[in-house]
Amino acid sequence: MIRRNFIKATVLAVSLAAIGSTGYAQDKGPIKVGVLHSLSGTMAISETVLKDVTLMAIDEINAKGGVLGRKLEAVVVDPASNWPLFAEKARQLLTQDKVAVVFGCWTSVSRKSVLPVFEELNGLLFYPVQYEGEELSKNVFYTGAAPNQQAIPAVEYLMSKEGGGAKRWVLLGTDYVYPRTTNKILRAFLKSKGVDEKDIDEKYTPFGHSDYQTIVADIKKFATGGKTAVVSTINGDSNVPFYKELGNQGLKATDVPVVAFSVGEEELRGVDTKPLVGHLAAWNYFMSIKGPVNDAWKKQWAAYAKAKKLPGADKPLTNDPMEAAWIGIHMWKQAVEKAKTTDTDKVIAAMAGQTFKAPSDITSTMDPKNHHLHKAVFIGEVQANGQFNVVWKTKGPIKAQPWSPFVAGNDKKKDEPDGKTVIAK
Amino acid sequence: MRILLIALLLFASRAFALEVANVEKLAFGESDEQVAAIAALVASGDPQAAAVLQALADGELQVAGKRVLIVKGEEATDAVTGAKVAPLPEEREGVVANNRLRRELAGALAGLKLTSPQREARLAAVKELAGGADPAMLPLVKRALEKEADPTIKPMLELIAATMELKDGSKEARIAAVRMLGGSSNSNTKLLLLGVLEKRKDGSFAEPDEEIRREAQASLRAVEGRLAWGERAGILFTSISLGSILLLAAMGLAITYGLMGVINMAHGELIMVGAYTTYAVQNLFREHAPDAFDWYLACAVPASFMVSAAVGMLLERLVIRWLYGRALETLLATWGISLVLIQTVRTIFGAQNVQVENPAFMSGGVEALMGVVLPWSRIVIVVFAAAVLVGIWLLLTRTRLGLFVRGVTQNRAMASCVGVPTARVDTWAFGLGSGIAGLAGCALSQIGNVGPDLGQAYIVDSFMVVVLGGVGQLAGTVYAALGLGFANKLLEAWQGAVLAKIVVLVFIIMFIQKRPQGLFALKGRAVET
Repeated sequence: MIRRNFIKATVLAVSLAAIGSTGYAQDKGPIKVGVLHSLSGTMAISETVLKDVTLMAIDEINAKGGVLGRKLEAVVVDPASNWPLFAEKARQLLTQDKVAVVFGCWTSVSRKSVLPVFEELNGLLFYPVQYEGEELSKNVFYTGAAPNQQAIPAVEYLMSKEGGGAKRWVLLGTDYVYPRTTNKILRAFLKSKGVDEKDIDEKYTPFGHSDYQTIVADIKKFATGGKTAVVSTINGDSNVPFYKELGNQGLKATDVPVVAFSVGEEELRGVDTKPLVGHLAAWNYFMSIKGPVNDAWKKQWAAYAKAKKLPGADKPLTNDPMEAAWIGIHMWKQAVEKAKTTDTDKVIAAMAGQTFKAPSDITSTMDPKNHHLHKAVFIGEVQANGQFNVVWKTKGPIKAQPWSPFVAGNDKKKDEPDGKTVIAK
Repeated sequence: MRILLIALLLFASRAFALEVANVEKLAFGESDEQVAAIAALVASGDPQAAAVLQALADGELQVAGKRVLIVKGEEATDAVTGAKVAPLPEEREGVVANNRLRRELAGALAGLKLTSPQREARLAAVKELAGGADPAMLPLVKRALEKEADPTIKPMLELIAATMELKDGSKEARIAAVRMLGGSSNSNTKLLLLGVLEKRKDGSFAEPDEEIRREAQASLRAVEGRLAWGERAGILFTSISLGSILLLAAMGLAITYGLMGVINMAHGELIMVGAYTTYAVQNLFREHAPDAFDWYLACAVPASFMVSAAVGMLLERLVIRWLYGRALETLLATWGISLVLIQTVRTIFGAQNVQVENPAFMSGGVEALMGVVLPWSRIVIVVFAAAVLVGIWLLLTRTRLGLFVRGVTQNRAMASCVGVPTARVDTWAFGLGSGIAGLAGCALSQIGNVGPDLGQAYIVDSFMVVVLGGVGQLAGTVYAALGLGFANKLLEAWQGAVLAKIVVLVFIIMFIQKRPQGLFALKGRAVET
């Protein structure tokens, strides 16, 4: 009891000190927000647009008068697809730049790298990408999908008659924590559906791998043993050589469909998609979704890309993580306005139950407890023009399960952060 | 559905006008209805039905309100009547097929084309159906078989008919079918044969007749044997392909490091410069000569050689020539240069990868053996690597510059004494090595990503090849590149890509420990000192 009081007192003292030292000076000035996305290296292909869409949101918010009457000021850093550098940059953002919130990360390994920093310094991170779950931090809001909002429905679809009734499975991924964990969950899920061990083949390639000849040949060989589907968790620019090889070797989606969890409109930009028609992706947003919110958002993005002369502005594309980043920053703004402060703990409390009209044409809701969004799931097939045609979707938004029931021991874990935060020593 | 189809085939032999209900189902229905509609349209035998199905497959089927249209460019026809529709309605929406529908469509269209008067169309149709056709199409196939006289198409048609009768034909027909499958070169036949041999959950066989099962076993062994050969050929080809890439990346280094002794850490960046030059040339072609786009490589190859060579010679003149004989300083200086080059490219072209498009003739592949497709892009690069190798060999052994380079390498002082301008030879040789790195960049841009970090991925591999092959030897580089290609691909097929990389690195470290001079070493006094 004494110990707890002591901790409380320390928290109070620390936060008072924080208010005392920085609060006055910053009350009138702009609110700094950090943007922590790789702008170079293997992940730049995916992450650069997230930086841009975050800046677009900041511009929009500032044009409408800012937050609490103060402008937002973006502090953009480039962690260069280098995982330890993510932690360094995060520390720099929180301690030197004193940002109120950070929007950033794509790969789970980068998130795992910055997590101790955010917990230690009691920072606030908005993470906009689908991931493997198995994590729930008080300091992070996950605006991408948990496995039950992406991976599981996609596999279920491929098992169905509509999806081709796959019996054998190749789980192919980049070698790091997200694909490994997702595949562990999928393996357990497939087994629960009666799929044999010998009908599952797990394969990994390093980051930046560019020679997919052997992998594609192996997939073909595996597919001679029965109706096969490939679940790809390849991340970053390796996807371009992978899909090129698929096309060149003539592996058609009608024979062996490949469903990807980290490939969207942006990643396919440089690929000739004509031989890839019918391969799938599972997301919570596609650019091709019809609706007034999406139309307006796409128009806004096209105008922004043109005005800022962004690379690829001649063919502006939107994708799921961009939508998630967009939702994240707007929900943060709403929460700050509700809490009337940028104080981390108060904003976290105010985030519960926030809603936002998302471009995917549903009203996104932040779960009152588990820091994840309720999301609708879409499965799309690649079309000749590089867009996705939605072939399946859930009836409405579904609640995230960060602790997948297919991982042993997760049934005992609570569906909310346990509130334990390591305080700066 | 099948029953429906057969029934329709029997009763709908007269050409009906295209049924509105079917077309509407195809355009507006759920996928089960769409599949049924396809079957019904095939059965109608109407040429307009074929047009509608083809339009759906090509993404040309659209709906405007309740009307179903076939839209080709700016012209539209009514899908039901075939009449012209003008003007084009404003509010149109495409009917998009999903995988299941596309599968059904491909089969249906192939079935319709079986009786086409053109031989090519029939051949394509037969090839499509050989991958496992819907048994409901048997009457169609039989009808086509009666008319078919072509010596290539007829046996394939028989095979298709055989696979269709695999489940419900007479015993003799099924045995014949199983035997025939054993001779097929389509990789889907394995699936069909496995189906015959399938065991039910209670342990009994799905196929009760033992004789048929025995035949199926034999056929399966034959098919698997051929697939195994295909697999071996596939590994052989991928190894050569990887080897040729390593060779291209390392050949320039074999000259700058191998012959001249400059530890050139900027070698990877010279490759990158070549790749970016290719990108720039591609953009020029796209802007100014879009018709000749397929031939941009003919310009990009010399351009990337010259740009990289120029950059290399500039480096040599400005930095490296002051550091000859001081290995450590060269290493640090060239590493610094590599960072400068990366940043320069980042500033000019941006940090993101740029897209280099393959010319049309380099996409797709050719089926060499059962289940083995050799992509054209890889074939072109293997040939290109061989050509570059021959070029360098001729240059080094048949020209005056080559003679000078070899002379300076073997004994600089003596070469200088007999009047060889050693400093100029150094510059030319460094330029040559850099230019070849540029060629490698041009080739790599066709299969991999082009970004500022491109060179970093190849510098380690290049040094591995040169050191393993033996410094100062072109032949050693060739053997080492192909050897590493094979080792990598065999290990990858066996243990996966991640472990293969580690094992190869460990092997090279051990090898260099045992034999520091590499596979092939120069002998002679100059080297010993």
